[in-house]
Amino acid sequence: MTRFAPTRRELLKLGAVTGSALVMGDAWPAPADAPQAATAAASQSAEPASAPINVLLRVNGREHRLALDPRTTLLDALREHLHLTGSKKGCGLGQCGACTVLMDGKRVKSCLSLAALVEGREITTIEGLARGDELHPLQKAFIERDGFQCGYCTPGQIMSGVACISEGHAGSALQIRDWMSGNICRCGAYDNIVAAIQDAARATRSTRKG
Amino acid sequence: MHPFTLERPPDLAAALTWRAQAGRNDAPAEYIAGGTDMIQLLQEHVRRPERLVTLAGLLDRRIEIGRQGLRLGAAATMAEVAAHPGVVQQFPVIAEALLNSASPQVRNQATMGGNLLQRTRCPYFRDVGYGACNKRAPGSGCAAIAGENRWHAVFGTSSNCIAAHASDLAVALVALDAAVEVRAPQGRRTVPLNDLYRLPADTPHIETVLEPGEVITAITVPASPAARRSHYLKVRDRASFEFALVSAAVALDMKGPRIRPTRGTRHGVGTKPWRVPRVEQALAGATLDPAALRRAAALAAEGAQGFGHNDFKIVLMQRAIVRAIETLGARA
Repeated sequence: MTRFAPTRRELLKLGAVTGSALVMGDAWPAPADAPQAATAAASQSAEPASAPINVLLRVNGREHRLALDPRTTLLDALREHLHLTGSKKGCGLGQCGACTVLMDGKRVKSCLSLAALVEGREITTIEGLARGDELHPLQKAFIERDGFQCGYCTPGQIMSGVACISEGHAGSALQIRDWMSGNICRCGAYDNIVAAIQDAARATRSTRKG
Repeated sequence: MHPFTLERPPDLAAALTWRAQAGRNDAPAEYIAGGTDMIQLLQEHVRRPERLVTLAGLLDRRIEIGRQGLRLGAAATMAEVAAHPGVVQQFPVIAEALLNSASPQVRNQATMGGNLLQRTRCPYFRDVGYGACNKRAPGSGCAAIAGENRWHAVFGTSSNCIAAHASDLAVALVALDAAVEVRAPQGRRTVPLNDLYRLPADTPHIETVLEPGEVITAITVPASPAARRSHYLKVRDRASFEFALVSAAVALDMKGPRIRPTRGTRHGVGTKPWRVPRVEQALAGATLDPAALRRAAALAAEGAQGFGHNDFKIVLMQRAIVRAIETLGARA
């Protein structure tokens, strides 16, 4: 794949476009995204680079050949190299869950994996959840239940919620809270997040029955 | 992260050689498996290896249960082990300890071997902004002893380090007399888990008896009636996704109303998983009478040393032991 170096403005635009597919229009917090990206870039450039290695990533059904610094986390590969900026960088230490993606169908924190060590795994990000224009039931439920305020944690909440439902851990509000504890929401939208997951879990169950 | 070369060896023997050549202290080569702790240590500049050697795909990840007991491949994830029906049924303390650890995402990534070898959560160890940490920089001192030590150990400490051990799994496994199978470039050996961990003494940076190049390949747990009736109680600041302040792993074998020789370990309180033999002895032959349980649990406090903020743990751990045994007693 050809590498291109986007400007900050292009990056923001990309974020806004991918965001709009999920939460509609200008609710997407592009400004919140910008300082994070800038900080990550600055901390990388402050240190000498390691020799790049070739990495083959499978993301949302497509293969990507990348030459990466071995230090590149899966999250940074997604955001900085594949420009899939839906997955968010909050803490970079596995504490906040904003970077949650699915790996072979299981939820993981993409900031805690090195991209070079997940070769051959099938990665699904928030960008790969909808089928064309048809949103995933949990994406719809987040909109209907207003499961966010600033929206920064939302992609991680939704990816984690999708797994929470498929694992069978969305049986009650209490169970959802326990099994969603790896995703922090600083706006405190938890009540609505739990309600959205309950809605989507019910919808999934009735679809399966039908 | 500091720059490193990433080695993706074709087999375990090659991986062992990389690390064996590197030596013990502040190793220029480190292993990475699930990576959930190592990435944090690299991101925070706590570890700065020149070479990172991946064990991904090189280790056994099977979970096997036979008449003799349980065998967990070192690469089995926390989530896989916690959800295994045989583990849930015959070794509930292991499943409970795992489900009370970390977050669902991390449990999908983190491995058995890595869990046992995760580093302490002592904030002075994790934050390189603090100059004094004998575990991170030998000889630099301990900032925790006179600092914020609410999370720190009350057993097994030394004047050089009071960091608490972080693994819930290890506590459950020690209570069940588990052992680890270790592979080295020159062969293999089995180490009882209780002997794997070293006390900090004068060398808190050397945490286990593993030699450079040795890797944990499996965990074995003997089957027993007590293992079937076992429980993990974790007391922490929030209900989920939090490390323990105090925890108790108890395995109870009952004969009628009386307790047969039993096993207990406590956590959050020791610099390694802390057995309580005096309590175990006192409980043998006892009934589940609350007053008797409290008297036995009080023996757990023997030799405990608080450092100010963590004094409360000495009382809390006794109550945790009583609660864990009562929970098990009610579980007919």
